[in-house]
Amino acid sequence: MSEPLMVRWLLIGVALTFLGLFLFVPLAALFTQAFEKGAGAYLAAIREPDALLAIRLTLVTAAISVPLNLVFGVAAAWAIAKFQFPGKSLLITLIDLPFSVSPVVSGLIYVLLFGLQGWLGPWLDLHNIKIIFAVPGIVLATIFVTFPFIARELIPLMQAQGNDEEEAAMVLGANGLQTFFRVTLPNIKWGLIYGVILCNARAMGEFGAVSVVSGHIRGFTNTIPLHVEILYNEYNYAAAFAVASLLACLALVTLVAKSIVEWKLKISS
Amino acid sequence: MRLKGFKIKKGGLPGFGPTLGYTVFYLSLIVLIPLSALVFKTASLSWHEFLAEVTSARVLASYRLTFGTAFLAALVNALFGVLVAWVLVRYRFPGKKVVDALVDLPFALPTAVAGITLATVYSGNGWIGRYLEPLGIKVAYTPLGILVAMTFIGLPFVVRTVQPVLEELETEVEEAAVCLGANRWQIFRRVLFPTILPALLTGFALAFARAVGEYGSIIFIAGNMPMVSEITPLLIITKLEQYDYAGATAVASVMLGASFILLFAINLLQWWSRRYADR
Repeated sequence: MSEPLMVRWLLIGVALTFLGLFLFVPLAALFTQAFEKGAGAYLAAIREPDALLAIRLTLVTAAISVPLNLVFGVAAAWAIAKFQFPGKSLLITLIDLPFSVSPVVSGLIYVLLFGLQGWLGPWLDLHNIKIIFAVPGIVLATIFVTFPFIARELIPLMQAQGNDEEEAAMVLGANGLQTFFRVTLPNIKWGLIYGVILCNARAMGEFGAVSVVSGHIRGFTNTIPLHVEILYNEYNYAAAFAVASLLACLALVTLVAKSIVEWKLKISS
Repeated sequence: MRLKGFKIKKGGLPGFGPTLGYTVFYLSLIVLIPLSALVFKTASLSWHEFLAEVTSARVLASYRLTFGTAFLAALVNALFGVLVAWVLVRYRFPGKKVVDALVDLPFALPTAVAGITLATVYSGNGWIGRYLEPLGIKVAYTPLGILVAMTFIGLPFVVRTVQPVLEELETEVEEAAVCLGANRWQIFRRVLFPTILPALLTGFALAFARAVGEYGSIIFIAGNMPMVSEITPLLIITKLEQYDYAGATAVASVMLGASFILLFAINLLQWWSRRYADR
């Protein structure tokens, strides 16, 4: 009943060629370019002081954004999945907002709020608090763009799991926190892990929004993606790809994690 | 075992107040208040000023480029996305699992990394560019490069929305069509395609929306020349760097408006898909 063998292989060939042009070749080129000047140059590019500072800033930003969005994601998923209330759809749509906003606009709104000409600009300037063109601005913009990831992962999962187990726990005398940590958390474990991995990958890789708020001050407000941009624009291709390969490895880890989580979810259902 | 007197309050589980309260608080702080800053700043411009800003020649050229190319890229992804989803669901070939996982690469890869990689691969002496250039096809630093980048960025959307629908298709319908004398192409056109159409349109809209707002993957491969190959997000940043806050805000609010319209359209399409699936 299926297509003739020739047609099948033709379709597979076209599909793989398309994916090859857009996925496989670029991925291979990335790692090849990174090691073009040898392993020594690769390590030197990563150990260079500005690169190390960029790595540090990226790690700090992720270390702040991901836990904050984690707490939010869990709270929002609990409120949305376990209860009925009017305006739930609106709330879910609002949570999805950062997904549909362009990264540049995401950065711009924080400049409008905290920049020198912004709403809070004069007040911040008076108290010598720097947000835009400094680390807090980068963290805020990163929180914005990674805002929905964990909530989006948890809400359908917790909705599908229903309230039964939690209600049973309550009947048996557990209080709210006990119920959450001992009943809910183990059930959402894999979705939570995957959401954190996604959130982290985006937090470390965000470029557009951070580009707008950072001011590109070398050694101070450059994250890894911004540092990659600087290296590339200076025609320092091998170094740019070397640093970029760190993020590419993170991306591949993310893909592997997704496969594992999907497998785990499949065997548990 | 003693059952403690249980107090399941009306509504079921505890914690509604605190979690909803914190959710709305955090949402307002991080998302709603900053977004409203954009709205208010735009409102502070006079209607005349606003229109002058968003309809200047350079801005209009960037709209044409950004939205037009994003539309084309989403079309390419619609066509090949269905093909890829079909091949992944229906056929077996070596390495299929790896290919399936790699389809998500554009989701996971940071945009700047994608940007420099595509720019290098499609430039004159890049791995793909060196074969295209002698044919007269210049990709890097032209609008064609923007198309390539936008196709990359939207690649997973159609595949991932169509794949579940294909996976859940019941073979009985196809078998019935065969019994009634349909050939393969007829089966595709009249049985399979209508079933995947809602998911296809949703994926198309998602890919389009993503491509319109994209910045990092595009600016390295685009020529970034005003009026020719300058995308709207880049124009916003350029205006910001020149302290033209009014201009940047005006153009950004147009982008935000477009985002909202697309978000609304996508929600409608997803609602339609679910209704269609439940029939």
